[in-house]
Amino acid sequence: MKALVWHGAQDIRCESVPDPRIEDDRDAIIKVTACAICGSDLHLYDHFMPGMEKGDVMGHEFMGEVVETGKGVNGTLRKGERVVIPFTIICGECDQCKRGFFSVCERSNRNKHLAAKAFGHTTAGLFGYTHLTGGYQGGQAEYVRVPFADKTHIKVPDGLTDEQVLFLGDIFPTGWQAAVQADIQPTDTVAIWGAGPVGQMAIRSAILLGARQVVCIDRVPERLEMARAGGAVTIDNSTESTVERLNQLTSGKGPEKCIDAVGMEAHAPRALEQVYDRVKQAMMLESDRATVLREMIYVCRPAGILSIPGVYGGLVDKIPMGALMNKGLTLRTGQTHVNRWTDDLVARIADGQIDPSFVITHRGGLADGPDLYKTFRDKKDNCIKVVLRP
Amino acid sequence: MPASASRQEPSAHRARGGADAPSARLSSDRRRRPDPSTRQVARGLGWFSLALGVTEVTCGDAIARWLGMPRAGALVRAYGVREIVQGAGILGAHDPTPWIWARVAGDGLDLATVLPGLTGDPRHRANTAVALGALAGVGVVDLLCARALSDAPLAPSEPVRADYRSRSGFPRGVAAMRGAARDVRPRDFTTPESLRAWS
Ligand SMILES: NC(=O)c1ccc[n+]([C@@H]2O[C@H](COP(=O)([O-])OP(=O)(O)OC[C@H]3O[C@@H](n4cnc5c(N)ncnc54)[C@H](O)[C@@H]3O)[C@@H](O)[C@H]2O)c1
Ligand SMILES: [Zn+2]
Ligand SMILES: [Zn+2]
Repeated sequence: MKALVWHGAQDIRCESVPDPRIEDDRDAIIKVTACAICGSDLHLYDHFMPGMEKGDVMGHEFMGEVVETGKGVNGTLRKGERVVIPFTIICGECDQCKRGFFSVCERSNRNKHLAAKAFGHTTAGLFGYTHLTGGYQGGQAEYVRVPFADKTHIKVPDGLTDEQVLFLGDIFPTGWQAAVQADIQPTDTVAIWGAGPVGQMAIRSAILLGARQVVCIDRVPERLEMARAGGAVTIDNSTESTVERLNQLTSGKGPEKCIDAVGMEAHAPRALEQVYDRVKQAMMLESDRATVLREMIYVCRPAGILSIPGVYGGLVDKIPMGALMNKGLTLRTGQTHVNRWTDDLVARIADGQIDPSFVITHRGGLADGPDLYKTFRDKKDNCIKVVLRP
Repeated sequence: MPASASRQEPSAHRARGGADAPSARLSSDRRRRPDPSTRQVARGLGWFSLALGVTEVTCGDAIARWLGMPRAGALVRAYGVREIVQGAGILGAHDPTPWIWARVAGDGLDLATVLPGLTGDPRHRANTAVALGALAGVGVVDLLCARALSDAPLAPSEPVRADYRSRSGFPRGVAAMRGAARDVRPRDFTTPESLRAWS
Protein backbone atom coordinates (compact mmCIF):
# COMPACT_ATOMS: atom_id res chain seq x y z
CA MET A 1 0.00 0.00 0.00
CA LYS A 2 0.97 3.66 -0.32
CA ALA A 3 1.75 5.73 2.77
CA LEU A 4 3.46 8.93 3.83
CA VAL A 5 6.74 7.85 5.36
CA TRP A 6 9.08 9.83 7.62
CA HIS A 7 12.71 9.87 6.52
CA GLY A 8 14.14 12.77 8.51
CA ALA A 9 13.72 16.48 9.03
CA GLN A 10 11.60 17.94 6.24
CA ASP A 11 11.76 14.65 4.39
CA ILE A 12 8.43 12.89 4.06
CA ARG A 13 7.84 10.64 1.07
CA CYS A 14 4.89 8.87 -0.45
CA GLU A 15 6.08 5.27 -0.73
CA SER A 16 4.98 1.68 -0.92
CA VAL A 17 5.11 -0.12 2.42
CA PRO A 18 3.85 -3.56 3.51
CA ASP A 19 0.10 -3.77 4.20
CA PRO A 20 -0.75 -3.87 7.91
CA ARG A 21 -1.97 -7.19 9.31
CA ILE A 22 -4.00 -8.17 12.35
CA GLU A 23 -1.43 -8.79 15.10
CA ASP A 24 -3.69 -9.05 18.13
CA ASP A 25 -7.24 -10.18 18.83
CA ARG A 26 -8.33 -6.67 19.58
CA ASP A 27 -6.94 -5.21 16.30
CA ALA A 28 -8.92 -4.00 13.34
CA ILE A 29 -7.71 -2.97 9.90
CA ILE A 30 -9.21 0.24 8.56
CA LYS A 31 -9.24 1.33 4.93
CA VAL A 32 -8.60 5.05 5.19
CA THR A 33 -11.06 7.26 3.32
CA ALA A 34 -9.78 10.61 4.61
CA CYS A 35 -6.89 11.82 6.71
CA ALA A 36 -5.51 15.21 7.69
CA ILE A 37 -2.17 16.83 8.40
CA CYS A 38 -2.10 18.19 11.97
CA GLY A 39 0.03 20.92 13.55
CA SER A 40 1.51 18.16 15.74
CA ASP A 41 2.80 16.46 12.58
CA LEU A 42 4.83 19.60 11.93
CA HIS A 43 6.83 19.04 15.13
CA LEU A 44 7.87 15.70 13.60
CA TYR A 45 8.35 17.19 10.14
CA ASP A 46 10.70 19.79 11.62
CA HIS A 47 12.18 17.08 13.85
CA PHE A 48 11.61 18.99 17.07
CA MET A 49 10.18 15.86 18.67
CA PRO A 50 12.73 13.12 19.28
CA GLY A 51 11.88 9.44 18.85
CA MET A 52 11.03 9.08 15.16
CA GLU A 53 12.71 6.42 13.06
CA LYS A 54 13.22 6.26 9.31
CA GLY A 55 10.35 4.35 7.76
CA ASP A 56 7.69 5.36 10.29
CA VAL A 57 4.29 6.05 8.73
CA MET A 58 2.90 9.49 9.61
CA GLY A 59 -0.60 10.57 10.51
CA HIS A 60 -2.91 10.50 13.51
CA GLU A 61 -6.06 12.23 12.24
CA PHE A 62 -7.92 9.79 10.02
CA MET A 63 -11.10 7.85 9.38
CA GLY A 64 -12.25 5.04 7.21
CA GLU A 65 -14.02 1.77 6.79
CA VAL A 66 -13.45 -1.41 8.79
CA VAL A 67 -12.13 -4.14 6.47
CA GLU A 68 -10.97 -6.78 8.93
CA THR A 69 -11.31 -7.42 12.65
CA GLY A 70 -9.56 -9.62 15.16
CA LYS A 71 -11.51 -12.16 17.22
CA GLY A 72 -11.76 -9.85 20.19
CA VAL A 73 -13.43 -7.03 18.27
CA ASN A 74 -16.27 -8.70 16.44
CA GLY A 75 -19.05 -7.61 18.70
CA THR A 76 -18.30 -3.91 18.59
CA LEU A 77 -17.20 -3.26 15.00
CA ARG A 78 -18.62 -4.76 11.82
CA LYS A 79 -16.91 -5.06 8.46
CA GLY A 80 -17.83 -2.08 6.28
CA GLU A 81 -18.65 0.12 9.25
CA ARG A 82 -17.51 3.77 8.98
CA VAL A 83 -15.45 5.04 11.91
CA VAL A 84 -13.28 7.99 12.89
CA ILE A 85 -10.19 6.92 14.83
CA PRO A 86 -9.09 8.98 17.85
CA PHE A 87 -5.38 9.81 17.82
CA THR A 88 -5.03 8.45 21.37
CA ILE A 89 -5.13 4.65 21.49
CA ILE A 90 -7.17 3.48 24.47
CA CYS A 91 -7.65 0.14 26.20
CA GLY A 92 -10.86 1.23 27.88
CA GLU A 93 -10.12 -0.91 30.93
CA CYS A 94 -7.22 0.60 32.85
CA ASP A 95 -7.66 2.92 35.78
CA GLN A 96 -7.11 6.07 33.74
CA CYS A 97 -9.42 5.01 30.92
CA LYS A 98 -12.14 4.28 33.48
CA ARG A 99 -11.70 7.78 34.85
CA GLY A 100 -12.05 9.25 31.37
CA PHE A 101 -8.41 10.33 31.19
CA PHE A 102 -7.87 8.51 27.92
CA SER A 103 -4.73 10.30 26.75
CA VAL A 104 -2.89 8.84 29.72
CA CYS A 105 -4.15 5.27 29.20
CA GLU A 106 -1.81 3.00 31.13
CA ARG A 107 -1.85 0.07 28.72
CA SER A 108 -1.89 1.23 25.10
CA ASN A 109 1.73 2.43 24.88
CA ARG A 110 3.86 -0.60 24.01
CA ASN A 111 7.03 1.40 24.75
CA LYS A 112 6.02 2.26 28.30
CA HIS A 113 9.61 2.19 29.54
CA LEU A 114 10.64 4.94 27.10
CA ALA A 115 7.75 7.19 28.05
CA ALA A 116 8.31 6.53 31.74
CA LYS A 117 11.96 7.45 31.38
CA ALA A 118 11.11 10.73 29.65
CA PHE A 119 8.02 11.73 31.61
CA GLY A 120 8.10 9.75 34.86
CA HIS A 121 5.06 7.69 33.84
CA THR A 122 3.70 6.26 30.64
CA THR A 123 1.09 8.06 28.55
CA ALA A 124 -1.23 6.60 25.94
CA GLY A 125 -0.05 5.08 22.69
CA LEU A 126 -0.53 7.43 19.75
CA PHE A 127 -0.75 6.74 16.01
CA GLY A 128 2.17 7.91 13.88
CA TYR A 129 3.78 9.82 16.70
CA THR A 130 7.27 8.67 17.75
CA HIS A 131 8.42 5.55 19.51
CA LEU A 132 7.99 7.31 22.84
CA THR A 133 4.26 6.80 22.41
CA GLY A 134 4.38 3.26 21.07
CA GLY A 135 5.75 3.65 17.55
CA TYR A 136 2.39 2.72 16.03
CA GLN A 137 2.13 3.23 12.27
CA GLY A 138 0.02 6.22 11.31
CA GLY A 139 -3.05 6.92 9.22
CA GLN A 140 -1.66 8.91 6.31
CA ALA A 141 -1.84 5.66 4.41
CA GLU A 142 -4.26 3.46 2.51
CA TYR A 143 -4.70 1.08 5.44
CA VAL A 144 -4.00 1.24 9.18
CA ARG A 145 -3.92 -1.29 11.95
CA VAL A 146 -5.93 -0.01 14.89
CA PRO A 147 -4.95 -1.66 18.19
CA PHE A 148 -7.62 -2.00 20.92
CA ALA A 149 -10.06 -1.30 18.09
CA ASP A 150 -13.08 -2.38 20.16
CA LYS A 151 -12.54 0.83 22.17
CA THR A 152 -10.34 2.99 19.93
CA HIS A 153 -12.98 4.28 17.53
CA ILE A 154 -15.73 6.83 17.19
CA LYS A 155 -18.92 5.81 15.41
CA VAL A 156 -20.45 8.46 13.17
CA PRO A 157 -23.91 8.70 11.60
CA ASP A 158 -24.22 8.08 7.85
CA GLY A 159 -25.86 11.43 7.25
CA LEU A 160 -22.65 13.34 7.92
CA THR A 161 -19.87 13.70 5.32
CA ASP A 162 -16.28 12.56 5.93
CA GLU A 163 -15.13 16.18 6.08
CA GLN A 164 -17.71 17.05 8.72
CA VAL A 165 -16.61 14.28 11.10
CA LEU A 166 -12.91 13.72 10.31
CA PHE A 167 -11.67 16.25 12.88
CA LEU A 168 -13.49 14.43 15.71
CA GLY A 169 -10.32 12.34 15.85
CA ASP A 170 -8.14 15.24 16.95
CA ILE A 171 -8.42 19.00 16.45
CA PHE A 172 -12.12 19.47 17.23
CA PRO A 173 -12.05 17.74 20.64
CA THR A 174 -8.65 19.35 21.22
CA GLY A 175 -10.02 22.87 20.79
CA TRP A 176 -13.06 21.79 22.79
CA GLN A 177 -11.10 20.37 25.75
CA ALA A 178 -8.92 23.48 25.71
CA ALA A 179 -12.00 25.63 26.13
CA VAL A 180 -13.82 23.31 28.56
CA GLN A 181 -10.86 23.11 30.92
CA ALA A 182 -10.67 26.93 30.87
CA ASP A 183 -13.98 26.76 32.76
CA ILE A 184 -15.50 29.61 30.74
CA GLN A 185 -17.96 31.92 32.51
CA PRO A 186 -20.42 34.22 30.71
CA THR A 187 -18.40 37.26 31.82
CA ASP A 188 -15.05 35.94 30.59
CA THR A 189 -12.64 37.22 28.00
CA VAL A 190 -10.82 34.22 26.53
CA ALA A 191 -7.51 34.94 24.79
CA ILE A 192 -6.32 32.28 22.34
CA TRP A 193 -2.74 32.28 21.01
CA GLY A 194 -2.48 30.68 17.56
CA ALA A 195 -5.06 30.84 14.76
CA GLY A 196 -4.06 27.47 13.33
CA PRO A 197 -6.62 24.68 13.10
CA VAL A 198 -6.53 24.04 16.86
CA GLY A 199 -6.90 27.75 17.62
CA GLN A 200 -9.83 27.95 15.18
CA MET A 201 -11.59 25.04 16.94
CA ALA A 202 -10.85 26.58 20.34
CA ILE A 203 -12.47 29.85 19.21
CA ARG A 204 -15.67 28.07 18.12
CA SER A 205 -15.70 26.04 21.33
CA ALA A 206 -15.25 29.12 23.51
CA ILE A 207 -18.21 30.74 21.74
CA LEU A 208 -20.37 27.63 22.23
CA LEU A 209 -19.37 27.55 25.89
CA GLY A 210 -20.56 31.12 26.21
CA ALA A 211 -17.52 33.40 26.47
CA ARG A 212 -18.39 37.09 26.43
CA GLN A 213 -15.36 37.97 24.33
CA VAL A 214 -12.90 35.77 22.42
CA VAL A 215 -9.58 37.26 21.32
CA CYS A 216 -7.20 35.46 18.96
CA ILE A 217 -3.51 36.25 18.48
CA ASP A 218 -1.45 35.31 15.41
CA ARG A 219 0.39 37.03 12.58
CA VAL A 220 -0.88 35.21 9.52
CA PRO A 221 -3.54 37.43 7.92
CA GLU A 222 -5.81 34.79 6.41
CA ARG A 223 -5.81 32.80 9.66
CA LEU A 224 -6.80 35.93 11.56
CA GLU A 225 -9.54 36.48 9.02
CA MET A 226 -10.93 33.00 9.64
CA ALA A 227 -10.72 33.71 13.37
CA ARG A 228 -12.84 36.83 12.93
CA ALA A 229 -15.34 34.85 10.87
CA GLY A 230 -15.77 32.61 13.92
CA GLY A 231 -16.53 35.51 16.22
CA ALA A 232 -13.10 36.44 17.59
CA VAL A 233 -11.48 39.83 17.95
CA THR A 234 -7.99 39.50 16.50
CA ILE A 235 -4.53 40.78 17.34
CA ASP A 236 -1.83 40.72 14.67
CA ASN A 237 1.27 40.36 16.81
CA SER A 238 3.54 41.31 13.92
CA THR A 239 2.20 44.84 14.06
CA GLU A 240 0.63 45.31 17.52
CA SER A 241 1.68 44.57 21.08
CA THR A 242 -0.32 41.60 22.35
CA VAL A 243 -0.10 42.67 25.99
CA GLU A 244 -1.18 46.26 25.33
CA ARG A 245 -4.10 45.25 23.14
CA LEU A 246 -5.31 42.55 25.55
CA ASN A 247 -5.23 45.04 28.39
CA GLN A 248 -7.13 47.53 26.25
CA LEU A 249 -9.79 44.96 25.43
CA THR A 250 -10.27 44.10 29.12
CA SER A 251 -10.13 47.59 30.70
CA GLY A 252 -6.64 46.84 31.97
CA LYS A 253 -7.68 43.71 33.88
CA GLY A 254 -6.32 41.08 31.50
CA PRO A 255 -8.17 38.10 30.04
CA GLU A 256 -9.58 35.69 32.66
CA LYS A 257 -8.75 32.68 30.50
CA CYS A 258 -5.74 32.12 28.24
CA ILE A 259 -5.29 29.25 25.77
CA ASP A 260 -1.95 28.30 24.18
CA ALA A 261 -2.81 26.77 20.79
CA VAL A 262 0.73 27.24 19.49
CA GLY A 263 3.11 24.94 21.37
CA MET A 264 6.83 24.46 21.23
CA GLU A 265 7.60 26.08 17.88
CA ALA A 266 6.29 29.52 18.85
CA HIS A 267 7.77 32.53 17.12
CA ALA A 268 8.81 35.38 19.38
CA PRO A 269 7.52 38.79 18.39
CA ARG A 270 10.65 40.17 20.08
CA ALA A 271 13.95 39.73 18.24
CA LEU A 272 16.14 39.20 21.28
CA GLU A 273 13.85 36.60 22.80
CA GLN A 274 13.74 34.72 19.50
CA VAL A 275 17.52 34.70 19.13
CA TYR A 276 17.92 33.65 22.77
CA ASP A 277 15.57 30.68 22.41
CA ARG A 278 16.98 29.66 19.02
CA VAL A 279 20.53 29.67 20.31
CA LYS A 280 19.58 27.70 23.42
CA GLN A 281 17.71 25.20 21.26
CA ALA A 282 20.70 24.87 18.96
CA MET A 283 22.95 24.20 21.94
CA MET A 284 20.44 21.61 23.27
CA LEU A 285 19.97 23.58 26.49
CA GLU A 286 16.29 24.00 25.81
CA SER A 287 14.10 21.95 23.51
CA ASP A 288 10.92 24.05 23.33
CA ARG A 289 10.35 27.75 22.79
CA ALA A 290 8.19 29.21 25.53
CA THR A 291 7.25 32.64 24.16
CA VAL A 292 3.53 32.09 24.37
CA LEU A 293 3.69 30.61 27.88
CA ARG A 294 5.62 33.63 29.14
CA GLU A 295 3.18 36.04 27.54
CA MET A 296 0.13 34.20 28.92
CA ILE A 297 1.44 34.17 32.47
CA TYR A 298 2.25 37.85 32.24
CA VAL A 299 -1.04 39.05 30.80
CA CYS A 300 -3.59 36.68 32.40
CA ARG A 301 -5.87 38.20 35.01
CA PRO A 302 -4.90 37.14 38.55
CA ALA A 303 -6.80 34.02 39.68
CA GLY A 304 -7.30 33.18 36.01
CA ILE A 305 -6.80 29.90 34.16
CA LEU A 306 -4.17 28.91 31.59
CA SER A 307 -5.18 26.08 29.29
CA ILE A 308 -2.42 24.54 27.19
CA PRO A 309 -3.37 22.24 24.29
CA GLY A 310 -0.19 23.32 22.42
CA VAL A 311 2.29 20.47 22.42
CA TYR A 312 5.61 20.63 24.29
CA GLY A 313 8.17 17.85 24.17
CA GLY A 314 10.89 18.57 26.67
CA LEU A 315 12.36 21.49 28.55
CA VAL A 316 11.59 25.17 28.51
CA ASP A 317 13.50 27.99 30.04
CA LYS A 318 12.71 31.32 31.75
CA ILE A 319 9.20 30.55 32.92
CA PRO A 320 8.15 33.38 35.26
CA MET A 321 7.19 31.06 38.10
CA GLY A 322 6.96 34.01 40.47
CA ALA A 323 4.21 35.61 38.43
CA LEU A 324 2.41 32.29 37.98
CA MET A 325 2.45 31.62 41.71
CA ASN A 326 1.74 35.08 43.05
CA LYS A 327 -1.06 35.70 40.58
CA GLY A 328 -2.67 32.44 41.69
CA LEU A 329 -3.07 31.09 38.19
CA THR A 330 -4.44 27.61 37.46
CA LEU A 331 -2.78 25.57 34.76
CA ARG A 332 -4.56 22.79 32.85
CA THR A 333 -3.01 20.91 29.97
CA GLY A 334 -2.65 17.54 28.25
CA GLN A 335 -3.07 15.57 25.10
CA THR A 336 -6.76 15.37 24.38
CA HIS A 337 -8.95 12.71 26.00
CA VAL A 338 -10.66 12.40 22.62
CA ASN A 339 -13.32 9.79 23.37
CA ARG A 340 -14.41 11.61 26.46
CA TRP A 341 -15.92 14.39 24.33
CA THR A 342 -16.84 12.85 21.02
CA ASP A 343 -20.37 11.54 21.73
CA ASP A 344 -21.43 15.04 22.67
CA LEU A 345 -19.56 16.62 19.74
CA VAL A 346 -21.01 14.23 17.14
CA ALA A 347 -24.44 15.21 18.39
CA ARG A 348 -23.60 18.90 18.05
CA ILE A 349 -22.43 18.41 14.47
CA ALA A 350 -25.54 16.40 13.62
CA ASP A 351 -27.66 19.07 15.25
CA GLY A 352 -26.07 21.74 13.02
CA GLN A 353 -24.56 23.72 15.88
CA ILE A 354 -21.14 23.53 14.27
CA ASP A 355 -19.60 22.24 11.05
CA PRO A 356 -15.86 21.65 11.58
CA SER A 357 -15.20 21.37 7.82
CA PHE A 358 -15.04 25.18 7.68
CA VAL A 359 -11.31 24.96 8.41
CA ILE A 360 -10.34 22.90 5.33
CA THR A 361 -8.47 24.91 2.72
CA HIS A 362 -6.49 22.29 0.80
CA ARG A 363 -7.32 18.86 -0.53
CA GLY A 364 -5.23 16.28 -2.33
CA GLY A 365 -4.29 12.63 -2.68
CA LEU A 366 -1.57 10.81 -0.74
CA ALA A 367 0.92 11.58 -3.52
CA ASP A 368 0.37 15.32 -2.91
CA GLY A 369 1.19 14.78 0.78
CA PRO A 370 4.90 15.72 0.78
CA ASP A 371 4.17 19.00 -1.05
CA LEU A 372 1.18 19.79 1.11
CA TYR A 373 3.23 19.25 4.30
CA LYS A 374 5.48 22.03 3.11
CA THR A 375 2.63 24.29 2.05
CA PHE A 376 0.98 23.85 5.45
CA ARG A 377 4.20 24.34 7.40
CA ASP A 378 5.15 27.49 5.49
CA LYS A 379 1.58 28.83 5.50
CA LYS A 380 1.88 29.27 1.76
CA ASP A 381 -1.09 29.67 -0.52
CA ASN A 382 -3.38 30.62 2.40
CA CYS A 383 -3.14 27.08 3.71
CA ILE A 384 -4.85 26.42 7.05
CA LYS A 385 -5.88 22.74 7.00
CA VAL A 386 -5.05 19.92 4.62
CA VAL A 387 -7.22 16.86 4.00
CA LEU A 388 -5.88 13.93 1.99
CA ARG A 389 -7.92 11.20 0.32
CA PRO A 390 -5.85 8.01 -0.07
CA MET B 1 -23.60 19.99 2.39
CA PRO B 2 -21.29 22.35 4.24
CA ALA B 3 -20.43 25.50 2.35
CA SER B 4 -16.73 24.79 2.47
CA ALA B 5 -17.07 21.25 1.24
CA SER B 6 -19.11 22.15 -1.83
CA ARG B 7 -16.66 24.78 -3.01
CA GLN B 8 -13.97 23.65 -5.38
CA GLU B 9 -10.63 24.54 -3.88
CA PRO B 10 -7.83 25.67 -6.16
CA SER B 11 -5.62 22.68 -6.77
CA ALA B 12 -2.65 22.76 -4.47
CA HIS B 13 -0.31 22.25 -7.39
CA ARG B 14 -1.60 25.02 -9.57
CA ALA B 15 -1.93 27.61 -6.86
CA ARG B 16 1.48 27.02 -5.40
CA GLY B 17 3.07 27.89 -8.71
CA GLY B 18 6.82 28.15 -8.75
CA ALA B 19 7.07 29.67 -5.29
CA ASP B 20 9.14 26.77 -4.06
CA ALA B 21 11.78 26.86 -6.78
CA PRO B 22 15.18 27.60 -5.21
CA SER B 23 15.47 30.86 -7.14
CA ALA B 24 12.16 32.07 -5.66
CA ARG B 25 13.49 31.43 -2.16
CA LEU B 26 16.52 33.63 -2.80
CA SER B 27 14.96 36.41 -4.81
CA SER B 28 13.06 39.42 -3.59
CA ASP B 29 9.29 39.11 -3.16
CA ARG B 30 7.23 42.04 -1.94
CA ARG B 31 4.58 39.66 -0.57
CA ARG B 32 7.00 38.14 1.92
CA ARG B 33 5.95 38.66 5.55
CA PRO B 34 8.76 37.75 7.91
CA ASP B 35 8.00 37.89 11.60
CA PRO B 36 9.09 41.08 13.35
CA SER B 37 12.05 39.48 15.08
CA THR B 38 13.51 38.32 11.78
CA ARG B 39 12.93 41.76 10.31
CA GLN B 40 14.75 43.35 13.26
CA VAL B 41 17.68 40.96 12.97
CA ALA B 42 17.90 41.75 9.24
CA ARG B 43 18.00 45.50 9.94
CA GLY B 44 20.64 44.93 12.58
CA LEU B 45 22.74 43.03 10.03
CA GLY B 46 22.25 45.92 7.59
CA TRP B 47 23.71 48.41 10.06
CA PHE B 48 26.46 45.97 10.94
CA SER B 49 27.36 45.68 7.23
CA LEU B 50 27.57 49.44 6.89
CA ALA B 51 29.73 49.88 9.97
CA LEU B 52 32.07 47.02 9.04
CA GLY B 53 32.27 48.28 5.45
CA VAL B 54 33.27 51.79 6.52
CA THR B 55 35.88 50.36 8.88
CA GLU B 56 37.33 48.12 6.17
CA VAL B 57 37.48 50.94 3.64
CA THR B 58 39.17 53.40 6.02
CA CYS B 59 41.50 50.97 7.82
CA GLY B 60 42.09 48.37 5.08
CA ASP B 61 45.87 48.36 5.40
CA ALA B 62 45.88 48.12 9.19
CA ILE B 63 43.41 45.21 9.12
CA ALA B 64 45.49 43.41 6.51
CA ARG B 65 48.66 43.82 8.61
CA TRP B 66 46.84 42.65 11.75
CA LEU B 67 45.87 39.48 9.89
CA GLY B 68 49.42 38.96 8.72
CA MET B 69 48.58 39.64 5.06
CA PRO B 70 50.35 42.99 4.54
CA ARG B 71 49.79 43.03 0.77
CA ALA B 72 46.01 42.53 1.07
CA GLY B 73 45.07 46.13 1.95
CA ALA B 74 43.37 46.78 -1.38
CA LEU B 75 41.43 43.52 -1.11
CA VAL B 76 40.14 44.44 2.35
CA ARG B 77 39.02 47.84 1.05
CA ALA B 78 37.21 46.13 -1.83
CA TYR B 79 35.46 43.84 0.66
CA GLY B 80 34.55 47.00 2.58
CA VAL B 81 32.83 48.41 -0.50
CA ARG B 82 30.97 45.13 -0.83
CA GLU B 83 29.81 45.39 2.80
CA ILE B 84 28.60 48.95 2.28
CA VAL B 85 26.61 47.97 -0.82
CA GLN B 86 25.07 45.03 1.06
CA GLY B 87 24.25 47.20 4.06
CA ALA B 88 22.56 49.79 1.90
CA GLY B 89 20.73 47.03 0.06
CA ILE B 90 19.43 45.46 3.26
CA LEU B 91 18.29 48.74 4.77
CA GLY B 92 16.87 50.13 1.54
CA ALA B 93 15.11 47.12 0.06
CA HIS B 94 11.46 46.26 0.52
CA ASP B 95 12.45 42.66 0.97
CA PRO B 96 16.02 42.19 2.21
CA THR B 97 16.06 38.43 1.48
CA PRO B 98 18.49 38.45 -1.51
CA TRP B 99 20.76 40.89 0.32
CA ILE B 100 20.97 38.71 3.41
CA TRP B 101 21.76 35.71 1.21
CA ALA B 102 24.46 37.90 -0.36
CA ARG B 103 25.87 38.36 3.14
CA VAL B 104 25.92 34.57 3.58
CA ALA B 105 27.91 34.26 0.35
CA GLY B 106 30.18 37.10 1.50
CA ASP B 107 30.82 35.30 4.78
CA GLY B 108 32.00 32.30 2.79
CA LEU B 109 34.35 34.49 0.78
CA ASP B 110 35.70 36.18 3.92
CA LEU B 111 36.32 32.84 5.61
CA ALA B 112 38.12 31.54 2.53
CA THR B 113 40.29 34.66 2.45
CA VAL B 114 41.27 34.58 6.12
CA LEU B 115 41.62 30.80 6.54
CA PRO B 116 45.12 30.43 4.98
CA GLY B 117 46.42 32.75 7.78
CA LEU B 118 46.11 29.83 10.20
CA THR B 119 49.12 28.17 8.56
CA GLY B 120 50.94 31.43 7.88
CA ASP B 121 53.09 33.70 10.03
CA PRO B 122 52.89 32.31 13.61
CA ARG B 123 52.85 35.83 15.14
CA HIS B 124 49.48 36.49 13.50
CA ARG B 125 47.86 33.11 14.03
CA ALA B 126 46.01 34.21 17.17
CA ASN B 127 44.60 37.22 15.32
CA THR B 128 43.51 34.96 12.47
CA ALA B 129 41.75 32.66 14.92
CA VAL B 130 39.91 35.62 16.47
CA ALA B 131 38.85 36.84 13.03
CA LEU B 132 37.68 33.36 12.02
CA GLY B 133 35.67 33.01 15.21
CA ALA B 134 33.97 36.35 14.64
CA LEU B 135 33.25 35.53 11.00
CA ALA B 136 31.78 32.16 11.92
CA GLY B 137 29.56 33.74 14.59
CA VAL B 138 28.22 36.39 12.25
CA GLY B 139 27.90 33.76 9.56
CA VAL B 140 25.56 31.67 11.71
CA VAL B 141 23.34 34.69 12.41
CA ASP B 142 23.31 35.53 8.69
CA LEU B 143 22.33 32.01 7.77
CA LEU B 144 19.56 31.76 10.38
CA CYS B 145 18.20 35.13 9.30
CA ALA B 146 18.37 34.28 5.58
CA ARG B 147 16.57 30.99 6.13
CA ALA B 148 13.89 32.62 8.26
CA LEU B 149 13.33 35.20 5.53
CA SER B 150 13.08 32.59 2.79
CA ASP B 151 10.66 30.57 4.90
CA ALA B 152 8.42 33.54 5.71
CA PRO B 153 4.81 33.28 4.60
CA LEU B 154 3.70 35.25 1.57
CA ALA B 155 0.92 37.77 1.82
CA PRO B 156 -2.32 36.17 0.78
CA SER B 157 -3.72 36.41 -2.69
CA GLU B 158 -6.92 38.40 -2.51
CA PRO B 159 -9.51 36.08 -4.08
CA VAL B 160 -8.87 33.17 -1.71
CA ARG B 161 -8.60 35.45 1.29
CA ALA B 162 -11.99 36.95 0.71
CA ASP B 163 -13.48 33.51 0.94
CA TYR B 164 -12.44 32.90 4.54
CA ARG B 165 -14.75 35.65 5.70
CA SER B 166 -17.71 33.33 5.36
CA ARG B 167 -16.09 30.47 7.25
CA SER B 168 -17.67 30.89 10.64
CA GLY B 169 -18.16 27.17 11.13
CA PHE B 170 -21.58 27.94 12.63
CA PRO B 171 -24.34 27.08 10.12
CA ARG B 172 -26.74 29.20 12.22
CA GLY B 173 -24.32 32.07 12.82
CA VAL B 174 -22.09 33.14 15.68
CA ALA B 175 -24.68 35.08 17.65
CA ALA B 176 -27.14 32.18 17.75
CA MET B 177 -24.47 29.79 19.01
CA ARG B 178 -22.91 31.85 21.80
CA GLY B 179 -23.55 29.87 24.96
CA ALA B 180 -25.28 26.94 23.20
CA ALA B 181 -23.11 24.56 25.26
CA ARG B 182 -23.11 26.54 28.48
CA ASP B 183 -24.26 23.51 30.46
CA VAL B 184 -21.07 21.53 29.71
CA ARG B 185 -19.17 21.52 33.03
CA PRO B 186 -17.38 18.24 33.72
CA ARG B 187 -16.51 18.25 37.42
CA ASP B 188 -12.92 17.15 37.02
CA PHE B 189 -12.11 19.67 34.28
CA THR B 190 -13.48 22.76 35.92
CA THR B 191 -12.81 24.65 39.11
CA PRO B 192 -14.14 22.82 42.18
CA GLU B 193 -17.17 24.41 43.80
CA SER B 194 -15.26 25.40 46.94
CA LEU B 195 -12.69 27.36 44.91
CA ARG B 196 -15.14 29.19 42.67
CA ALA B 197 -15.57 32.93 42.64
CA TRP B 198 -18.14 34.15 45.20
CA SER B 199 -19.85 36.36 42.66
N1 LIG C 1 -3.20 18.66 23.03
C1 LIG C 1 -3.47 17.93 21.95
O1 LIG C 1 -3.96 16.84 22.08
C2 LIG C 1 -3.18 18.49 20.60
C3 LIG C 1 -3.85 18.01 19.48
C4 LIG C 1 -3.60 18.59 18.24
C5 LIG C 1 -2.67 19.60 18.13
N2 LIG C 1 -2.00 20.03 19.23
C6 LIG C 1 -1.01 21.11 19.19
O2 LIG C 1 -1.64 22.36 19.04
C7 LIG C 1 -0.74 23.28 18.44
C8 LIG C 1 -1.40 23.98 17.28
O3 LIG C 1 -1.78 23.05 16.28
P1 LIG C 1 -2.26 23.56 14.85
O4 LIG C 1 -2.71 22.37 14.09
O5 LIG C 1 -3.22 24.67 15.01
O6 LIG C 1 -0.83 24.05 14.25
P2 LIG C 1 -0.33 25.27 13.34
O7 LIG C 1 1.13 25.13 13.34
O8 LIG C 1 -1.04 25.27 12.05
O9 LIG C 1 -0.76 26.58 14.13
C9 LIG C 1 0.06 27.28 15.01
C10 LIG C 1 -0.25 28.77 14.84
O10 LIG C 1 0.41 29.50 15.86
C11 LIG C 1 0.90 30.70 15.31
N3 LIG C 1 1.96 31.24 16.17
C12 LIG C 1 3.29 30.96 16.18
N4 LIG C 1 3.92 31.66 17.13
C13 LIG C 1 2.97 32.42 17.74
C14 LIG C 1 3.01 33.38 18.80
N5 LIG C 1 4.15 33.68 19.43
N6 LIG C 1 1.84 33.98 19.17
C15 LIG C 1 0.67 33.68 18.55
N7 LIG C 1 0.58 32.77 17.54
C16 LIG C 1 1.72 32.16 17.14
C17 LIG C 1 1.33 30.33 13.92
O11 LIG C 1 1.38 31.46 13.08
C18 LIG C 1 0.23 29.34 13.51
O12 LIG C 1 -0.84 29.98 12.85
C19 LIG C 1 0.47 22.46 18.04
O13 LIG C 1 1.46 22.59 19.04
C20 LIG C 1 -0.06 21.06 18.04
O14 LIG C 1 0.96 20.12 18.28
C21 LIG C 1 -2.26 19.50 20.45
ZN1 LIG D 1 -2.83 16.20 16.07
ZN1 LIG E 1 -6.46 2.43 29.23
